[in-house]
Amino acid sequence: MSASDPIAPPAADQRPGKAWRPFALTAPALILLVAVIGYPLLTIVLRSLSEPEWGLQNYAWFFGAPVNLTVLQRTFVISAWVTLVCVIAAYPYAYLMTAVGPRVRLVLVLCVLIPFWVSGVVRTLSWVILLQDSGVINSLLRGVGFSGVKLIRTQTGVVIGMAQVLLPFMILPLYSVMKGIDLRLMRAAQSLGARPSRAFLTVYLPLSLPGVYAGAIIVFILSLGFYITPALLGGPRSTMLSTLVQTQVLSLLQWGRGGAMGVVLLVTTFVLLALAAPVMRSRHREAGRH
Amino acid sequence: MEMKPLTRVLLGLVCLLVAIWLVAPTLVVVPMSFNENKSLAFPPQGFSWQWYQNFATNPDWSNAFLNSLKVASIVAVLATVLGTLAAFGLDRMKARPANLLRMLMLTPMVVPGVVLAIGIYAVYLDTQLVGTLIGFVLAHTILALPFVLIAVSASLEVFDRRLETAAASLGAGALTTFRTVTLPLIAPGVLSGLLFAFATSFDEIVVSLFITNPYLKTLPVQIFASITRDADPTVAAVGTILLFATTILIGGGMLLLGRERKGRP
Repeated sequence: MSASDPIAPPAADQRPGKAWRPFALTAPALILLVAVIGYPLLTIVLRSLSEPEWGLQNYAWFFGAPVNLTVLQRTFVISAWVTLVCVIAAYPYAYLMTAVGPRVRLVLVLCVLIPFWVSGVVRTLSWVILLQDSGVINSLLRGVGFSGVKLIRTQTGVVIGMAQVLLPFMILPLYSVMKGIDLRLMRAAQSLGARPSRAFLTVYLPLSLPGVYAGAIIVFILSLGFYITPALLGGPRSTMLSTLVQTQVLSLLQWGRGGAMGVVLLVTTFVLLALAAPVMRSRHREAGRH
Repeated sequence: MEMKPLTRVLLGLVCLLVAIWLVAPTLVVVPMSFNENKSLAFPPQGFSWQWYQNFATNPDWSNAFLNSLKVASIVAVLATVLGTLAAFGLDRMKARPANLLRMLMLTPMVVPGVVLAIGIYAVYLDTQLVGTLIGFVLAHTILALPFVLIAVSASLEVFDRRLETAAASLGAGALTTFRTVTLPLIAPGVLSGLLFAFATSFDEIVVSLFITNPYLKTLPVQIFASITRDADPTVAAVGTILLFATTILIGGGMLLLGRERKGRP
């Protein structure tokens, strides 16, 4: 169609023979996607299978060495802790967001969004300053009589820092589900004689669980691949899988082994996403109804 | 929900703590940046501007800052153009292929950073793109694309397509319709996509750490190197500057948005 066409037909998809137009619009992005994501990931998979020679040796090495399994297990444990801390902190917070007036809610929303605006590297730097042996938290603890609490280069430090970075990803889905819960159901339960705690456990909690699942899955998946925070806040005893991948590739030049670890991390992520997809979809439907 | 007063107070207290945990830690960079000693130990001693001076005059820092600005500006434009085109394409497609392609285009958000980083590094080593401007731009653009796609798609979802039909029936061509009807109406989505793309690139660290070299470093790479190498309070000064810059940008944006909304009937 040319710009001089006097009676231009309305929308592209209603015209026969022009069905390729929308695909042409997405083509530049797709080409870049294939070149900068698809091809590199393929390279990594191939290297994990072919270096130094073809076969599954790199995977056999990964699952055969106790050190690697320890790190793999630790990655899961740290991610689980981070997810748990996020759920515990986010649940009351998201609830309060639904229960207060618009002014207080704006303040609460701002507190969630501010961390998004601030550079991730700067936020991790702040945690280094706070948690180090001569840091703020240790100075405060010394003031009340505790001395030499080890926070930096420990798993506790890593979990505290990671949970803070990931908390917004938990609060926002939780809030979007809680917003849709009809509070009259709680009143109905109480008018039928249920104590507030019982009404909460049997009515409110089950209704809010889809939000907990959605947030928990996002936080867990993002935690698995974390690199910067564990690298700066962690020590040798809190190494996560990402750091191991980096060491294999940059320090040891073992592309095969590093690649195999990367593929394990990638496959785990996508399997979790696939498992989570049905839950997410049902939440979507739920949200659509309200 | 009816709550006992005690529950109410406890809930408020817990949420206050969570809010402090979310916001306060970052502020610690502000006092540290005025430290007189070359140390990041708390509490800071004395008062001095020397770390801000160091940021402005030390070529390591100022070059990294300029590189980041350059990369992020190009990425913002490129990702916004590609993402807006793609969002349009997906919007005009049948649901099935559109959903599939959308999922594909959002993958950069879920692929673990280090896996992507070693992949891109491997390819860049073969193609001599390590430490080049184009290498940084390509990698950051693909990471920023999902944010533009999400922002523009959200705008398109509420856009009334009958307006395009109306423009077309009055004789406007496809390009004229897009320029004079569609684009102005989805401009907020495109703009927020642009901002997100800039921020994503300006803050990207994991892939950047792999594809950097001594000739081309971005600011996050320089910050990371400085934190791991020594306790140089210049990082705190940089952090403070970034903190204020983003606050002013976002605050200004929200004020503008609020005024625009109020101005409308």
